[in-house]
Formats: sequence, C-alpha cells, structure tokens
Amino acid sequence: MDFSFSDDQVMFQEAVRDLLANECPPEVVRAAWENESGRTDGVWTALAEMGVVGMTAPESAGGLGMDETDLVLLLEEAGRAALPEPLLEHTAVGIPTLAEAGGSVAEAWMEQAAAGEATLGAGPEAGYAVGAAACDLVLLIGDQVRAVLVDGASLVEHRSIDWSRRLFEVDGEAVALDADPELAFDRAVGAAAAQCVGVAQHLLDATVEYVAQRYQFGKPVGTYQAVKHHLANTALKIEFARPAARHAAWCIAVGDPDRSRDVSLAKALASEAVDLAARTALQCHGAIGYTFEYDLHLWMKRGWALSAAWGDAAWHRNRIAAALGI
Amino acid sequence: MDLSFTPTEEAFREEARTWLAENVPAEPLASMDTPDGFEEHRAWEHILFDAGWAVVSWPERYGGREASLVEWLIFEEEYWASGAPGRVSSNGVSLLAPTIFDFGTPEQQDRFLRPMARGDEVWAQGWSEPDAGSDLAGIKTKAPRDGDHFVIDGQKTWCSRGAFADWFFCLVRTDPDSERHAGLSYLLVPGDTEGLEARAIGRLDGEPGFAELFFDGARVHERYLLGGEGEGWAVAMATTGSERGLNLRAPGRFMAAADRLVGLYKERADSRGPDLDRRDQVVSAWMGAQAYRWQTYATESRLRDGAPIGSEASFMKVLWSELDVELHATALRLLGRDGERADSSWMDGYVFALSGPIYAGTNEIQRNIISERVLGLPRR
Repeated sequence: MDFSFSDDQVMFQEAVRDLLANECPPEVVRAAWENESGRTDGVWTALAEMGVVGMTAPESAGGLGMDETDLVLLLEEAGRAALPEPLLEHTAVGIPTLAEAGGSVAEAWMEQAAAGEATLGAGPEAGYAVGAAACDLVLLIGDQVRAVLVDGASLVEHRSIDWSRRLFEVDGEAVALDADPELAFDRAVGAAAAQCVGVAQHLLDATVEYVAQRYQFGKPVGTYQAVKHHLANTALKIEFARPAARHAAWCIAVGDPDRSRDVSLAKALASEAVDLAARTALQCHGAIGYTFEYDLHLWMKRGWALSAAWGDAAWHRNRIAAALGI
Repeated sequence: MDLSFTPTEEAFREEARTWLAENVPAEPLASMDTPDGFEEHRAWEHILFDAGWAVVSWPERYGGREASLVEWLIFEEEYWASGAPGRVSSNGVSLLAPTIFDFGTPEQQDRFLRPMARGDEVWAQGWSEPDAGSDLAGIKTKAPRDGDHFVIDGQKTWCSRGAFADWFFCLVRTDPDSERHAGLSYLLVPGDTEGLEARAIGRLDGEPGFAELFFDGARVHERYLLGGEGEGWAVAMATTGSERGLNLRAPGRFMAAADRLVGLYKERADSRGPDLDRRDQVVSAWMGAQAYRWQTYATESRLRDGAPIGSEASFMKVLWSELDVELHATALRLLGRDGERADSSWMDGYVFALSGPIYAGTNEIQRNIISERVLGLPRR
C-alpha cells in the first residue's frame, strides 16, 4: 500500500504545470472561448512534444507506454489550468481504448494519435462529444464502443456554458471496436474526476489569495470566520476527493475488481468538491467574481461542466448503490 | 504508487480476522461508561494484550508486534468489522502513548507503556476546565514546584471515564504567574493522589461517563513530568495531533459502521420496499467512510516519506466526526418510529457521535486551524 508517486512522475507533473503556467494563461483560455475550434493555438503541440499527448500509447507506436497512475497528476494540472484541450478524450480514453481494441482502426490511427498528428474524441453514446469537429475520429461509448470518422459524419453543435467546450451530437458510419465499453466509460469518468479536483484546487487557491488582500471594515475579508469556514469546507472536500481520484486511476490501471464502483466514488466526491469550490469562490469574491471580465468564471464554468459530464454526483451515487446491492 | 496490499499485509489481515472471529465476545459488554462495564472492558483489554493485539504497532518490549502503520490500519478495519468492543484504554494508547514515545524519558516509557497497553492502568485526560474549553491556553489550574514535587490546585472537567480511571494526563500551570501558552507543563497524575477527587457527571446518555477532577494541594513527583517544565503547550500539541488525526479514530471504525448501515437499508427495503432518498443518504455515508480510508492511506504514505502530520489532522477530525453523525442520523431515519427506542445500538451510537464535533477541539476550532494553518489565511 503506497500512495507515493515516483520522482519521475512528480517531475513530469511539475514540467506540465510549468508549461501550462507559461503557455496556457487565462488569455489563452479566453482566446479558445472565442475561436473556431475551442482549442488553443499551440498548447496541444507543446504537450505532444513533451510526450504528454501520446503518453498512454505503447512505445512501439511512439508513445511512452504509461498508464492512468502516470496520467492522473497531469489531469489534475489540466484542470488547474482550465486547459481547453482534449487530454481526457484523446489521452485518457481514446488511445488506451484503441490500444485495447487493436485491429484495423488502431492500426490506422494509433501512431498518428500518439504523435498528436491525429486527434481522438470521445463522448457517451447518449450525450455530447466535446470538440468533435476538431477531431479526426470520435469514440462513442454506450453498450459498445463505436468509432466514427469525423470526416463525413453528421455533427450537431450545441453551446456549453464553458465556451471552449464545443458540444456535438455525432452520427455517422461507425465501426464497433473490440473494447470493453464499461472500461472506456470508467477511463473517462476517472479522468473527469481528476480534472474536477484540479479545477477545484485552483478555485480554492484563487479565492484564498483574493480574500487575503480584499479589505473591508479595515481588514482582509479573509480574517472573518464566516469566510474562513467556507474555505475550510471547500478544502475539506478537495482533501478527501483527491486520494479517491488517485485511487480510481490505480484501479483502472490494474483492472481492480471494484474498479467501476471506486471510479464512481471518485467522480461523486470530485463533482461535489468542484461544485462547492465554485459556489464558495463566487460567494467569497463577491461582485467581482460575478463579472465576465474577471477570470474566475473560466474555472467556475469548467467546474460546472465537468461536474455534470460523464455522470454527475447523484448519478454516480446510484451506480455505487447498485454495486453495494441496494 | 501501488495500492494493493502486500502478501505480508494480507497475511496479517488474515491472522487478525481469524483471531477476532474466535475471540470477540458473543454478547456485547456493558457500557464502558458504567463502573461494571468499565471493568468488563478492562478485562477484554487484558485478553487483547495477552494475545498480542492490544497495540500492534508498538515495540515488542511494550507488548506490541512492531506492525507497520498500514498494518495497524488493517487491524483497525478488521477489529471494527468483527463487532469487537470499544477500547476503554484508547485515550491512553492513542493520545498519551504517542506523546510518551516522543517526549518521555526511557524510565517513563518503561514505567508506563506496558501497563497502559494491557489495561492494567487506564488513563483519562485532564485538560478542559470550567472556563477553558476551546480556549485551552486559558487554563488556570496551578501546579507550582515545591522541591521535587508539583503541588496542584484547581479543577478539571469533562474528563471521560475520569471516575473510573487509574491515571490522568493533565495540563497545568507550573509557573503560577504565567499566562496563555507559556508556563504550562504536562503532568502524569496517579488517580490515588491525596488531594485529588474525581466526581462523576452524567453524560447526555445518562451514564456517569464524565468526571470533574478537584485538586486541593495534590502533590505529584517530578518524575511524572512529561517533557520539559514550562513546555507543556508544545507537548500537548503533539497529543492533539494524535487526537484529531488517525490515531484515535481510524477509518476502519467508520467503514464497519457504514457496512452495517448498508445492511440496515437492505433489511428495511426487503420488508418495506425501496426508498431512494434514504438509499442516497446511505450511499453518501458509505462514500464518506471510503473517502476517509483512501485519504488516510495517502497520509500514511506521506508520513512514511517523512512529512509531518501537522495541521492536516484537522481535516480528519472534521471528516470523521461529521461522518459519524451523518451515518447514525441516516440509520435513525431508516428505523423510523423505532429509531427512538432506547435499546437500539443506533441511538446509542447517535448520541455518542454527537460528541464528536465537540471533543478533541470543536469543529469550529478545526475549521479555524484549516483556514489559518493549512490555507494560510490571516488571523486578524
């Protein structure tokens, strides 16, 4: 029983954190809100050069042969930076699912996907595939995993409250993959949970910083116990969601028999954490947080979106109930 | 990262489970907050100790088996899952002992640890005073030095099982002119000291589980001073780390309660049909116990890597105490009109759980600690 990450894993996390701090500041996220694709101009390429984009691909395909325990810290960082790139769809779901399925689809796409030259999308069969128009191949996850070629598919777009998330209903000629749909779904759920943790952590950090320097009645509002306890409650939710999300990543990586139940545990806790973090952040910022100009809403809206994506907290509690036999 | 248990850890779990299955009393013991129940629980501690299960993580010379912290957590999971009795020695073993390991002299360690572990000497905590609860640094009980003794005058209160305990660990003011955090010392006080009287107070459940301690010129030898004279605050803070964190209330206790709650829901649903609102509350409670479990194993890994437990213990204290209330409140809702029955262990558990957000530093104090010491918010 050892929760510690290796030095290499921590160094990889720090490198990605630094890259995102430099290459993906709020201006870049805002630009993605307004542009054609909803994605950044260059961050995905930089992540590909670093090996992140294809890290879950086998080394024989040009990837790093890494698993969810290597990826989970990077997903937290992606959330922390509100990264508008398909790390969840492509790296956490698409590549491992293709690798599992093998066959002609994997043969056609794996090397390009590992290099970041082709982009994989993913979405629940009865739901939306985020950023599908900017992908090459989309995996639809339902009773089976079906791969749809974007070129030639019918895409119906909807706007998300998070403008960088372009939501698509995807329909088109599909190839059923020889991959476990529940595993593909759990990969997405686990990745969303880790991102929720990262978003929540940023919302907390930003709010702590704000209330320490915002003065009212002659002292920082962060000295007031009512404000402190909002933040303590948020910190509590994050503190207990994070290990569950990391444990879920491990369950996926090793094929733990309780994987689905414990992935749902992680997502339910992480959704609750990010919901509270967004609520707390707004309340403690006051009116400035309620503006479009101030950056806080970029993370709030990402949090709302991720909290509900791939099953919200209540949905996952129901899934846990079923696993517990009640 | 490897979140599987090693073969050694699995073997340890199996050994614990087997022993508990063969040795846990079939009938529940009387409440440990009554004179008779206290002695029944003491006898159970003897059985645990003699079989090597009382203090698994301690050195062998004090009756332990030098188990790792992970193994101790495993033991706790098995212990509570087996339905074994509450631990009457826990205030000594979980709170005082870690402090004795850190601050005690070799003589003190040899004198106190083994009898504590066996339940031959059961300890109670003498910290709170009528006018010093959350504000612990406001304590007034004085204990100036007189030669090689300290002479205690004052009053302590809310002392759990103080009317039955053999020894007390007390925080007192050895410099009578001092204020606040300075001038305090940590004294170990024999229960039969002349000038010390313990009077029971009925707790919320009506049992004499609380006591007030009255000190009137009670003389305690300096060999019972734990840590340096005047350094009691620092020593006490080490104890609070144990009190709030995983030492006192390991996840296994709540995992077992959550499993029983799931079982209770099944029983009720079988006879009355499903109730999705209450089912959701059951799942939330189960999730809380699991969240605590993984956070604890993650914390254990950080400790093994050399990180201090520090103020993060406050996270655990808030989590387990509020989880315990939620869990029992959910059970009472499931029981409906039977919830109020006094013979229900869920009602007993609920009444006890309600003390959790108060003792060991109220949860309001814990939230202050989280916001100021973990998040770094300004104090004023």
